[in-house]
Amino acid sequence: MPLEKPYLDVPGTTIFDAEQSRMGYHLNQFCMSLMKAENRARFKADERAYLDEWPMSEDQKRAVLARDLNRCIQLGGNIYFLAKIGATDGRSFQQMAGSMTGMTEEEYRDMMIGGGRSVQGNRRLGEEGDAQPHRQPQGRTGRNDKEA
Amino acid sequence: MARITASLFTSHVPAIGAAFDLGKTGEPYWQKVFEGYEFTKQWMKENPPDVIFLVFNDHATAFSLEMIPTFAIGTAAEYQPADEGWGPRPVPKVIGHPQLASHIAQSVIQQDFDLTIVNRMDVDHGLTVPLSLACGKVDAWPCPVIPFAVNVVQYPVPSGQRCYNLGKAIRKAVESYDEDLNVHIWGTGGMSHQLQGPRAGLINREWDNAWMDQLIADPQAVAAIPHIEYVREAGSEGIELVMWLIARGAMADADGGKPPRVAHRFYHVPASNTAVGHLILENQ
Repeated sequence: MPLEKPYLDVPGTTIFDAEQSRMGYHLNQFCMSLMKAENRARFKADERAYLDEWPMSEDQKRAVLARDLNRCIQLGGNIYFLAKIGATDGRSFQQMAGSMTGMTEEEYRDMMIGGGRSVQGNRRLGEEGDAQPHRQPQGRTGRNDKEA
Repeated sequence: MARITASLFTSHVPAIGAAFDLGKTGEPYWQKVFEGYEFTKQWMKENPPDVIFLVFNDHATAFSLEMIPTFAIGTAAEYQPADEGWGPRPVPKVIGHPQLASHIAQSVIQQDFDLTIVNRMDVDHGLTVPLSLACGKVDAWPCPVIPFAVNVVQYPVPSGQRCYNLGKAIRKAVESYDEDLNVHIWGTGGMSHQLQGPRAGLINREWDNAWMDQLIADPQAVAAIPHIEYVREAGSEGIELVMWLIARGAMADADGGKPPRVAHRFYHVPASNTAVGHLILENQ
């Protein structure tokens, strides 16, 4: 019998459960290795070579190289682990979180100062909120995409 | 005998720690956060605990995916502030209370909670940010601290009910310790926030405040809230709030005593990605 996963219908959200964790084990442990300064230096010197030392999937390695955090999460990454890549790059938690929305850093910061993202329309897939799949990417990038 | 006299609840946002360490507490953005803790710093001086039992979660710092304990109690003599990738916070090392911690571990395990016992652990912002908020800039923390780490990173995390019941067990454990000690129990994390995906930045002011109202007045009802409601209403990382239920369950009224007095309450949006909530309850 499959396990109950009532969280699969929350838009724009991946719950880091046992299955995601199993899939992302090496990806997350790679991130963890960046807690050590000498590993950060080796990673920065040759990212691809460093990643090749880990039994990660090619998709996972590409997502890291592209700093595509949404893809990393889809492939089993967890944000607290992925934050170590951000720290290596000198980026704040807010910059990392914002990067997953498509908004510019400024747009995301302004949204937070304005009280954050509303839950209205963002509770379940199929509603009309700004986190729904059909409304990505958000911010100026999204508007430009639609005009193009 | 030892007794729990008060519980303190607060968010533990890492950016608050960074603002504190970089001397930005007076900047307008941060001032609005820190002014909510002015009362608390005074209250800590007027009601000094002998020991703080501090419930927090590790954020991929001491625990990687090699080991994921659901509940871990620190029984060490001391703990170093962790390097989370930006360098360790310039705050004092945390002095433990191995005797009381070991006593609680033994008692709580005998009450059927399978705790992991930790004798070596660096402590991250989840533990040090609440201490900074309540104690300010100090050369040494005012008393020993027992770190109690809860897994809220990999699902499933413990249920609200489990956390609430654990709080009751911790209270019994403390009260069976012979030495006269004034113990505070802190629940940290939350409130609404989501750090991942296109829904990042979610805040739910209305839900947070209703949740806090109910935590004060009817914690048993809060304990029954399922995980999915936290995820849907308070964001994927809002689930940290189950840790507040451990501290709430350790208050006297959870076991037939008098309801606590609300000494202080504060709420502010935002600190970085997060809604900041803070509460102090005193046993009467």
